[in-house]
Amino acid sequence: MGYRRPDGRVGVRNHVVVFNTVAEVGPLVRRIAESVPGSVPVVHQHGYAQFPEDREQTLRTLAGNAANPNVANSLFIGLGDERDYSHELAERVRGMGRSAAALTIREAGGVGPLIAKAQEYLRASLAAAAEISREPADTSELIVGLECGGSDGWSGVTANPALGVASDLVVADGGTAMLSETTEAIGAEHILAARAISKSVAEDFLAIVAEYEARMKAEGADYRKGNPSPGNIRGGLTTLDEKSLGCIKKGGSTPLMEVVRYAVRPAKKGFVFMDTPGYDVDSVTGMAAGGAQIVVFTTGRGSPTGSPIVPVIKVGTNSRLYENMPDHIDVNAGVILEGKGTLESVGREIYRVIHEVASGRLTAAERHGHAEFGIWRLAESV
Amino acid sequence: MPESPKRVRAIRMHFDDSVAILIEDAAAGDEIVLETGAGAAEPAVRAAEPIPYGHKVALRAIAVGEPVIKYGERMGIARTAIAPGEHVHVHNVRGLTTEERSVSARG
Repeated sequence: MGYRRPDGRVGVRNHVVVFNTVAEVGPLVRRIAESVPGSVPVVHQHGYAQFPEDREQTLRTLAGNAANPNVANSLFIGLGDERDYSHELAERVRGMGRSAAALTIREAGGVGPLIAKAQEYLRASLAAAAEISREPADTSELIVGLECGGSDGWSGVTANPALGVASDLVVADGGTAMLSETTEAIGAEHILAARAISKSVAEDFLAIVAEYEARMKAEGADYRKGNPSPGNIRGGLTTLDEKSLGCIKKGGSTPLMEVVRYAVRPAKKGFVFMDTPGYDVDSVTGMAAGGAQIVVFTTGRGSPTGSPIVPVIKVGTNSRLYENMPDHIDVNAGVILEGKGTLESVGREIYRVIHEVASGRLTAAERHGHAEFGIWRLAESV
Repeated sequence: MPESPKRVRAIRMHFDDSVAILIEDAAAGDEIVLETGAGAAEPAVRAAEPIPYGHKVALRAIAVGEPVIKYGERMGIARTAIAPGEHVHVHNVRGLTTEERSVSARG
């Protein structure tokens, strides 16, 4: 059950969102959202002082999140000086067939008038959003993002392969399972490349891995030499191949249909890959910009990461974590270690929870108000 | 006197795998049983040496230079001959080289 949008896509939430366009108005955006109950603030630290590649990535990520099917309407708040891109952002979102508006301090004639206009827009948007009701929708309309954070030695044994079972079920229904975190695939890139539907998709995938490694080498880091880490080895992981295989297991076993850049919407359904960093907050934000309505996130240590735009379902790798932090975990894959469940049974439970969350069940991260937002930064500030 | 052998549970990720992951610590002589779900377990090998939980045990003999299979894929190459029941880890397995990776794992 979801909210049908004018562009034909289906959302699982009905958010009215207010974004800052530059860091300078972040606190103002929080104040505005607090003054209009029900509105959702999205605040980030980016702004004017960026290289062109980062400016484009910032705009694409913000516009993509505003155009996410979980969002009913968006408002961008900016300064209104000659560099302002608030209107450009709203225009981009409207160009994607969705509603958005922009307000700037300069055009409004100061902070006071801006707050009044923003409140008026958000209240009207909330009233309009309340008129939209959930209607039946199909799994084929879902993009499910796949993520991990705070992994442990059991991630590759329980939660990740169980999520792979759920991914295969979503794909079998005609839906999309989006794997992410290019860094985590290093060491198993040949396996994913071999799963590619065509030579050109395999080449796209190997290209993003090579680019990522080149950027890390430029910073003096060699991922292949540093992994598996001493902690990984103590836990039982022997090779980088083994670590990476455990990570890409989240993506199940169906053919890789497409590789997309960060914060870009896939054109294909089925199993797809988005080029994102291993940093979970930036990765989830990128997948939300790419149209994912739900993210499933495996964790061994109970990472709290959520999103203001997409519900994030937490799958714990071990029962000790579940017993320590039951309110942080939506599905406990640790039962596999106790003989109380199998990869298949936990995978089916994840698939069921995806559908319950799509129909309105709140995730642990939503109940706690975890709503992190981070844009992948490529270069220095200038 | 050493403790009498006990049953130690393990998980095999894929039917083709040459290793399984222990869910409990094993002592030498312990019987390793594979979880098959719903409380059932099938005997696999006897532990040839102590192996900590979370680590891998060889389910069959692996020759020097032979790929070690986990998830149905090559997770490494045996540095030494590995007997069934032995601990499989960094002392007897290395990662694949770039050249070895470029050969399709499914080929």
